[in-house]
Amino acid sequence: MPPAKRGLAMVFQSYALYPHMTVRKNIAFPLRMAKLDQAEIDKRVEGAASVLNLTDYLDRRPGQLSGGQRQRVAIGRAIVREPAAFLFDEPLSNLDAALRVGMRLEISELHERLATTMIYVTHDQVEAMTMADKIVVLQAGVIEQVGSPLELYRTPRNLFVAGFIGSPKMNFIEGEEAMKHGAHTIGIRPEHIAVSDSEGTWSGVVGVSEHLGSDTFFHIHETGLADTITVRADGEVGFRHGDRIHLTPRADVIHRFDAQGLRIE
Amino acid sequence: MARAVTTRCKSLNTALAWAIRLLIFFPILWTILISFKTEAQAIASPPLFLNFNWTLENYAIVQERSDYMRFLWNSVIIAGGSTILGVIIAVPAAWAMAFVPSKRTKDILLWMLSTKMLPAVGVLYPIYLLFIRLGLLDTRGGLVVVLMLINLPIIVWMLYTYFREIPGEILEAARMDGATLKEEILYVLTPMAIPGIASTVLLNFILAWNEAFWTLNLTAVDAAPLTAFIASYSSPEGLFFAKLSAASTMAIAPILILGWFSQKQLVRGLTFGAVK
Repeated sequence: MPPAKRGLAMVFQSYALYPHMTVRKNIAFPLRMAKLDQAEIDKRVEGAASVLNLTDYLDRRPGQLSGGQRQRVAIGRAIVREPAAFLFDEPLSNLDAALRVGMRLEISELHERLATTMIYVTHDQVEAMTMADKIVVLQAGVIEQVGSPLELYRTPRNLFVAGFIGSPKMNFIEGEEAMKHGAHTIGIRPEHIAVSDSEGTWSGVVGVSEHLGSDTFFHIHETGLADTITVRADGEVGFRHGDRIHLTPRADVIHRFDAQGLRIE
Repeated sequence: MARAVTTRCKSLNTALAWAIRLLIFFPILWTILISFKTEAQAIASPPLFLNFNWTLENYAIVQERSDYMRFLWNSVIIAGGSTILGVIIAVPAAWAMAFVPSKRTKDILLWMLSTKMLPAVGVLYPIYLLFIRLGLLDTRGGLVVVLMLINLPIIVWMLYTYFREIPGEILEAARMDGATLKEEILYVLTPMAIPGIASTVLLNFILAWNEAFWTLNLTAVDAAPLTAFIASYSSPEGLFFAKLSAASTMAIAPILILGWFSQKQLVRGLTFGAVK
């Protein structure tokens, strides 16, 4: 079956707009190819343009638009076809950070409004976590886990998913400490470790700290557990490079994995 | 100091560029100048540069002796026809090589180009015989086909390099949007490649216009283009430099004018891909 007859519409990473056509013609192209009559084409293009705030730009060419606007044209070209499902191939990876957040919300909102299935490929796990109803984690063509974002976050099926979902990455500890929990490897997320300057289960020395304002991420060394343990603390916590720090993991959210890397319930 | 040096360097470069330009253009300039001299002045020694009696006599004689417009018309049809036919054949070929290459695409491209390395005279005999058999001798149609085939490798190569610059995703998007292969090439690929196609057309028009070997060997009267028009003045029974020059000037004038007005496209075509 040829691509066009599958009822799918695709939004490309590079937008893949037709540079020699105006926005109007770009959006109308699939309809023209489907041999729709002109009145219907105009109606649908106007409709898509108003949904995507492109009405003022219909007579411009892609070269005269910003990255975000081009992305919207690409989406417009997809929605006029009224497909059964959308395919998004890393649609936001060419945008700058601020625009990406904005477009992320716009696509989520569009999803609500159109109520159409969207299959969205991304490397950005924030996009995956915030936009998805269901995430399929793939590694080298193999499905590692399928589930809702929170399912994946709370009960990762194996080490790959555990390390992939969540930012910063989950800490993995092997050896003696893991044996205590009856596992080959245990995983604990940075946000599930409490920090203190006086007491805790583990202790180490503060390396690099990343201050984000709302949060601070500390990279702790010399814990005897792993090369680096990352912890999240409040923005106000003020450890300095070289300070000794004490860590206490939340016992109920320690993930246990066997020698094959699979989760132990 | 540094500034002074760069300025001097720049003017030196400019002077050099002009000198080379003059050197290349000189034969054409000289031809044009001779065309305005009398036969005696044309072969005078030492040669006369500008201080001669300017005359249009040669042009009048040339026009009287042979019908310029008929040759011009043949040239236009042969050069134009072979170029258009070539592009029509080369666009799908270049599309295939640029967007769905196989393991052997590079080899095919080289093989096509290698046909240009064969001396034309090497295939004169078979082609001449074919022309006799098919009744194509001295026909414009026959020449259109031969010149198209001669230039086809260059057209395919040029279009191939232009097409390679076009992101394949755009064509995939067109397919996704329901365009058939024909629509994809017609509505998406060709319009995007217009600048490239334009310079390809121009360059090949010029190549076909100036092509002398085949046009001289395969025509006599009916299909003779401007190359034959010039050749008819290099007769063995005497030197008619001035008339020959007048004929040459008349033959190259249209292509010179065309080249002048499309310089930009041509330069883009010749240097395309050199700088990204």
